[in-house]
Amino acid sequence: MANFTPVSAAIGGVLIGLSAVLLMLSTGRIAGISGIFSGLLNLRGEDKGWRIAFITGLILAPVLAGLIGYGMAQPKLPSNWAVIIAAGLLVGFGTRLGGGCTSGHGICGIARLSPRSIAATIVFMVTAVITVAVTHHVLGG
Amino acid sequence: MWIIAPLICGLIFGVGLLISGMVQPTKVLGFLDIFGAWDPSLAVVMAAALAVSVPGFRLADRGAQPWFAGQYFRPGKSGIDLPLVAGAALFGIGWGLVGLCPGPALESLATLSPGVIVFVVAMAAGMVAHDAWQQSRLTAQSGRQLASATDG
Repeated sequence: MANFTPVSAAIGGVLIGLSAVLLMLSTGRIAGISGIFSGLLNLRGEDKGWRIAFITGLILAPVLAGLIGYGMAQPKLPSNWAVIIAAGLLVGFGTRLGGGCTSGHGICGIARLSPRSIAATIVFMVTAVITVAVTHHVLGG
Repeated sequence: MWIIAPLICGLIFGVGLLISGMVQPTKVLGFLDIFGAWDPSLAVVMAAALAVSVPGFRLADRGAQPWFAGQYFRPGKSGIDLPLVAGAALFGIGWGLVGLCPGPALESLATLSPGVIVFVVAMAAGMVAHDAWQQSRLTAQSGRQLASATDG
């Protein structure tokens, strides 16, 4: 567990929880990123303002952090484009079919003690762990 | 100026992902790789977030309405069904393949990484494909309107 960073993880987690609570108290919305983003893709939807504002804030975070000297490193992704595209399609389709992602189910839904969100979180954690086990240890990626 | 509220919430969320390191796929994969050099940090992030959101949402439950909106928009669905389980399973596979979920993926657009841009476009395509499929199914069944079925 050489990479374990409990202090920064706890501070970051508190901020994520605070963001979810503030969004609920101020606008009455669930801070589920897949739901917020997919609402922008529907041409007929009318409640786009708060979605655009939230995602703008999300993208501004590393930009502002960079201005004060804490720039974000480029994420390390697989070199195979087909894997990146397949993963994106699965994340997009899966979060719509399952009604949420790590934030909507994992943080907001569990906080509301929703049985659907608890079940969804267990399922996506299990399939993600199996996927990593297969790609890293069976296929040796 | 109510639009400032979701902007600041997005900013706080993004800073949380940055500080915790969860914006980096390698950090997330370190948690999911339980047979490798396991990094439990993501579990601490979730626990800390829940320590704030559980009492926070209880507070919201007691209020009649949000500060800048007429009502709370709470997920209406209940009961664990096949779409929920199948969707979560597919999402988990995609998440495990590269270590990106929607929040960190959108936030990482700030780095202008070509891989992230391709991932986000594919994610959007997956979402649109799902909605088109649901729409055609509903139209075929009864011509009813597509209901927004999102928990989060």
